[in-house]
Amino acid sequence: MKTIIKYVLIDLLKNRTILIYTLVLAVLTISVTGMSDNMSKGMLSLLNITLLFVPIISILFSTIYFFNSAEFTELLLAQPIRRKSMLLASYTGISTALGLAYLAGVGVTVCVLYNSLAAIALVISGVLLTLIFSALALLIFVVFKDKTRGIGAAIITALFFTLLFDGLLLAFIYSFSDYPIDQPLLAFISLNPVDLARILVLLQLDAAVMMGYSGALFKKFMGSAMGTIYTTACMLCWMIIPLILAVRIFRKKDI
Amino acid sequence: MKYAWILSWLLLAAWSTQAATLVVKPGPDALRKAISSARPGDTLLVQPGFYREHSIQVDRRLIITGTGMPVIDAEYKHPGFLITADSVIMQGLQIQHTGRSSISDIAGIRVSNASHVTLRNNKILDCTYGIYLQNAQHCLLEGNTVHSGIKNEINGGNGIHAWKCDALQINSNSISGHRDGIYFEFVTNSGIEGNLSANNQRYGLHFMFSHHDTYMKNIFRENGAGVAVMYTREVTMTDNTFIQNWGDASYGLLLKEITDSHITHNRFIKNTIGIHMEGTTRVSVQRNLFQDNGWAIRVMASSSGSQFTGNNFIGNSFDVATNGTLMLNEFHRNYWDKYDGYDLNRDQVGDVPHYPVSVYAVISEKIPSAMILYRSFLTSIMEQVEKVMPSIIPDQLKDDQPLMKKLEL
Repeated sequence: MKTIIKYVLIDLLKNRTILIYTLVLAVLTISVTGMSDNMSKGMLSLLNITLLFVPIISILFSTIYFFNSAEFTELLLAQPIRRKSMLLASYTGISTALGLAYLAGVGVTVCVLYNSLAAIALVISGVLLTLIFSALALLIFVVFKDKTRGIGAAIITALFFTLLFDGLLLAFIYSFSDYPIDQPLLAFISLNPVDLARILVLLQLDAAVMMGYSGALFKKFMGSAMGTIYTTACMLCWMIIPLILAVRIFRKKDI
Repeated sequence: MKYAWILSWLLLAAWSTQAATLVVKPGPDALRKAISSARPGDTLLVQPGFYREHSIQVDRRLIITGTGMPVIDAEYKHPGFLITADSVIMQGLQIQHTGRSSISDIAGIRVSNASHVTLRNNKILDCTYGIYLQNAQHCLLEGNTVHSGIKNEINGGNGIHAWKCDALQINSNSISGHRDGIYFEFVTNSGIEGNLSANNQRYGLHFMFSHHDTYMKNIFRENGAGVAVMYTREVTMTDNTFIQNWGDASYGLLLKEITDSHITHNRFIKNTIGIHMEGTTRVSVQRNLFQDNGWAIRVMASSSGSQFTGNNFIGNSFDVATNGTLMLNEFHRNYWDKYDGYDLNRDQVGDVPHYPVSVYAVISEKIPSAMILYRSFLTSIMEQVEKVMPSIIPDQLKDDQPLMKKLEL
């Protein structure tokens, strides 16, 4: 398993897309932090970048990479290697590579410049999002046989979580606004890793006050240590459950 | 001969009222004895030291001057001074540690039914109420430091508390750590100038039924809930700074039932809500700076006839929020950093109107729980769509002549 991880990682670190991704993130981070005069604003812009780019790039790149290396996978599986370790090894390789890219692009600059709890929350949630969306990519890879369909599904998944989900949530809030929906809302938010990441970072910023102003419950629960643990645990679930599913499906898959 | 008699009596009276100067040194009941032996118009020079005295009544016209900040300590049980005579001057004293009571309002210095009293450069530390004025007229409070360290607003009193007064001048005082910094109830024709009110548990300034008052050049910083002005006519607020009133239920300035007032050239920086207006009538808001607030202005639909002219709105999360579609207030020639119109004829006024209420502000005003989507990508898309095709935002609330450049204030 270690050897496979090593090969995947070396292959990916030489990959031009990863390099460009890192560079783009780094340029964006430096320009944003340079432009905004106060930390809170810089963090908010970086949060927007993270929430928009990281899911889409992670899921698309991973899906394409998995499908492209399908032949390599088949070849390896001809050897006495368990399917599970094969799959998890390539996942580990790709998520490490993407995670490192995020850390190098955003993490280093942010931690050096701001060095606050919010910065740490941003980096952690960025890395978690990378892990989650490459896990989802793995699931897409094992479910779909065809590369085109797989990429389509990846795009739809990313769009669903970054945009569509919030739309549905807003529709839900609108139609049930007469009822006490604060607690159901908290439950629904757990169904979207992107929202979880957003709230995790927002609550470490000054802007948290504005959430507390109208929805005291969000701040009370999410802002507490318990809430942070809950949010992080939910995000970890979002990584682990797709992985387990992928391994199960892959075990029985006809390659 | 008869006249000579009267003349000599008058001369004698004049001589006997000529002011004497008494020196007070620390000792048991020193202050109380000095006051009861003094005649109206005398000066008491209080020597430095520690006076363990309380409930000292000043019932004649005296000038009480502390040299080297003598300390009067009420041992956490009793009130400090009670002034009941007109034209008393008290300066340079440190009054500390009054008692706490939930039945009576215990104060460091209480002025009751007196006029023309001057309190200058005193230090009032750890008192339930700092300075308490009741039914006082033409008093001057200047350069006092009033500080307490209460933990919640139930146990504490107000820094400067004025009830049923007229023509007060409250200048250059510094008040911190009380319930309300300055509290005015039924106080008319008064001025509050150059004070610093910071870190109070509730309001920096609390104002009720106090007509024709002016407050200028004050700084209200980091108070629990900012400044509240309620049920009042003709208030003038000029050159004040409202800064860092940042919290779940904090306002820079809360206006409720205010009529015919002027808010001019103030600075609102980093407050959760810059100005909150409810039931106000004919309030003019001019040449103010709103910067880095959560909401710069929240105008409830119950407000009418207000003019917002020549203000700068910079870096606020939401510039204006309102709770209805009806808008009876006018916005004119303000600078909005969110304005993205154009100015073809180069007269520094934008050619298309600006709608300062963002769609997300409308939604979160209607349904507070929608705040959970704050800063989500969806909401920024909705803003863009609404800019092209306005349907949710109140279309009456607009600035027809938005300025292209920031105003120099």
